[in-house]
Amino acid sequence: MKERFADVIVIGGGPSGMAAASYCRKEGVGAVLLVEREGALGGILPQCIHPGFGLLELNEDLTGPEFADRLEGQVHDLGVKVLLDRFTKKLGYEGDRGISVECISPSGLEVLKAPCLIYSTGCRERHAFEIGIVGDRPSGVFTAGTAQSLMDIYGLLPGKEIVVVGSGDVGLIMSRRFAIEGAHVKAVVEILPYSGGLTRNIAQCLEDFEIPLLLSHAVLEIRGRRRVESAVIIEVDGKQAPISGTEREIKCDTVVVAAGLVPEVGLLEKAGAKIDPATGGPVVNEFLETSLPGVFACGNVLVVNDLVDHAVEQGRLCAGSVKSTLDGSLRRPTSWKRSVPGEGTRFVIPHLISGERDTTFYTRVRTPMEDCRLLLKELSKEVRITGAKPSEMIRLSLKGELLSKVRADLTFEVQS
Amino acid sequence: MTYRAAIIGAGIVGLAVARELMRYEEFDVLIIEKESDVGWGTSKANTGIVHAGYDDEPEKYPWRAKLCRIGNELWHELSRELQVPIEWCGALVLAFDEHDRGVLRELQSRGRANAVPALEFVESDFCSDLEPNISREVVEGLWASTSGTISPYEAVIALAENAVDNGAQLCLETLACQIVVRAGEVVGVDTDKGFQGADIVINAAGMFGDRVSRTAGISDFSIRPRRGEYFLFDRDATPKVHMTLFHTPQPATKGVVVTPTTEGNLLVGPNAKDIEEDERDATMTTRDGLDEVWERASRLVAKLPPRNTAMRTFAGLRPEPNCGDFIIEAYDSPGGLVNCVGMRSPGLTSAPAIAKEVIKLLKGRDLKLTRRRKWKSSREAIRKFRLVPSQEKDRLISIEAGYGKVACACEMVTEAEIKEAIGRGARTLDSVKFRTRAGMGRCQGSFCLAKILALLSQETREPIGALTQKGKGSNVVQGPIR
Repeated sequence: MKERFADVIVIGGGPSGMAAASYCRKEGVGAVLLVEREGALGGILPQCIHPGFGLLELNEDLTGPEFADRLEGQVHDLGVKVLLDRFTKKLGYEGDRGISVECISPSGLEVLKAPCLIYSTGCRERHAFEIGIVGDRPSGVFTAGTAQSLMDIYGLLPGKEIVVVGSGDVGLIMSRRFAIEGAHVKAVVEILPYSGGLTRNIAQCLEDFEIPLLLSHAVLEIRGRRRVESAVIIEVDGKQAPISGTEREIKCDTVVVAAGLVPEVGLLEKAGAKIDPATGGPVVNEFLETSLPGVFACGNVLVVNDLVDHAVEQGRLCAGSVKSTLDGSLRRPTSWKRSVPGEGTRFVIPHLISGERDTTFYTRVRTPMEDCRLLLKELSKEVRITGAKPSEMIRLSLKGELLSKVRADLTFEVQS
Repeated sequence: MTYRAAIIGAGIVGLAVARELMRYEEFDVLIIEKESDVGWGTSKANTGIVHAGYDDEPEKYPWRAKLCRIGNELWHELSRELQVPIEWCGALVLAFDEHDRGVLRELQSRGRANAVPALEFVESDFCSDLEPNISREVVEGLWASTSGTISPYEAVIALAENAVDNGAQLCLETLACQIVVRAGEVVGVDTDKGFQGADIVINAAGMFGDRVSRTAGISDFSIRPRRGEYFLFDRDATPKVHMTLFHTPQPATKGVVVTPTTEGNLLVGPNAKDIEEDERDATMTTRDGLDEVWERASRLVAKLPPRNTAMRTFAGLRPEPNCGDFIIEAYDSPGGLVNCVGMRSPGLTSAPAIAKEVIKLLKGRDLKLTRRRKWKSSREAIRKFRLVPSQEKDRLISIEAGYGKVACACEMVTEAEIKEAIGRGARTLDSVKFRTRAGMGRCQGSFCLAKILALLSQETREPIGALTQKGKGSNVVQGPIR
């Protein structure tokens, strides 16, 4: 078994992993290994051929592949050692003795060892079974990402008569993608009374193509013994419970499920990291360090982001934390303070703060609100927000000076 | 050409019979299957439990009572010979009140009558020692240490490969339309691809057993589909169980069980719903059915994993014969017809014993049988890279780099395994899945579907647009974009 040693191992070569690895080099970290499961870097970006990437980070409007190219360029220019086709089988956490990563590669088994690790494995898609769709199990049921990969990586059309489940940005963008290829998108079915997507996407992806959006509806059942023949939809009440008698059958040959993403924490959890049930990702402190000292997390495995720019920002923060861990300057407080979700918010990242330095927080509201206030009651601070949506991450940077006033908890509340 | 025997139906029973027939010089065997792969009827969608054999009353259901226990014993050697995953995890039948305790006693004495070894009563305190996740309401259990669990689809594939290795012909995507009888003797089978001559026709058509039998003039039984629905959990979902947990049985069914699978998943189900006589492919799940399964399973254990960690729900049909018992019979008129149908539970457990009964029936008809000298008893499974020790992993990769490329990340299935499955005849996504587990994990193929399609296309030289999930009419994609 081959062994490789490094100062930091980054697992996952998507946007946040590429950013983390290259910023580690920029910060002066010596040996940086970037480990990727596929045969190329980029993660999900190469199949996201629509624009909207890089607005915050680069001040440019790029497509997914273009944005991936920029990040990959940095990875190579800065001398990150890239290991492709590496399947990470096991994460061994040995405390002070460092971290070992067991990989399967076409050249044999490898063990990678380093004092620090950045976990950036991204997320997976929730599929039809997980959202309780019943009925037959024919071909023609895809998650949105699979449909996207079939279309934009493999050049294949999954189907012609489409029902899309979920109106988050992924569902909206895939609806447009199908429409552009001449497929007939019969409906986008959304269980909530509002779309989870950006307003501009509803206009550009649905309205421009006259695709109906059915709010407060769920797909109950898929029919078709061999290929999808129809989807049975039903209206739901305010508690998302189906209202019987409102069933309706929509003929289609394809059902595309865009019903949310789940962080891929598998190995991290098995290694002993604490998981936040609200995000599905690891519990982290302000260094984006997990409950395993020396192990950091960024991107969609930390929290499902709606903007790639935030994932990159998290990667950069991890890089800084790795650097200061390695040079011994990372100072953890004797006791952490907690940042916690309050009324109206679903989670807060990071979970633990020292109250000693500037920190960027991420949170999401539970329901859409027109004009509202983000309330940090322990600090008697209020931030006005115009139009908060659960799908749009709220990002808030606070000064260490202010945070030093936090005693035990810092609660993030949103009120209208 | 005329075969010595044609078997209609490549399910667990038909293939167990095929393997057994190939032991003898006198047999060349043709297996006729309407689907694109073996085992796609009742055989693939069931609990996978290898029952101990205490359930059935010998007076009422003599075949079931006798063959279950024998089949259970035969699976020990057969699973080794064919390298089929099997776990002898044992089973506990749970009593929740005095009435149930009475039933446990009936089961024990029935088990004794059926020659089932080692059935012991377990007091409630010891039940939770045996299985920590057991319901706190349990008052007593009956421990059946000989119960086990098998991978049913791998069992079918293994039997098929072994039968074919010994010379049997497998004809997939071929529908048997009519058993042809002349002058009171079977002469062959009319299929949608033409006539196939055969001296003996063995009807193992499962769900369609009565219809096939009728074409040969035997219509003294009927079969009705009974649907059962299931939840299959993610391997990491907790809490699990370490053995099969049963309720005391009801007349129609052994009830909803909670059981581990050979691959370490938790499986919960089935309910039992009799559906219309003509709904013999109605394997859909329903909300009500799954709710019922959930509710009943919840009573067996202290805790089930969260419902959204069930990575798949599915349903299977059991062919319920109106007589209640298996139909294993050779006829004088038409001569040459053997029915092997009505294989409701415990059909999977009994299959190896059923095959031996068929041989007895044939011997009873003065058929001379000579052992085939070159008969191979064993079959090698596709090596599961995931389960290979580390050093061996390295060695395999150095021989075949495809072992170093993981295609299905959830189940850690490598390209080499997928190519081998294709080399062994897999032509559809489901065929690859049942042979390798690619796509059987928590993402249910979202990540690996495109890769497997590409591999299938590359190895079979079929365009991707022609590839299917499960045979004709189930194409995965339309074809290239423009």
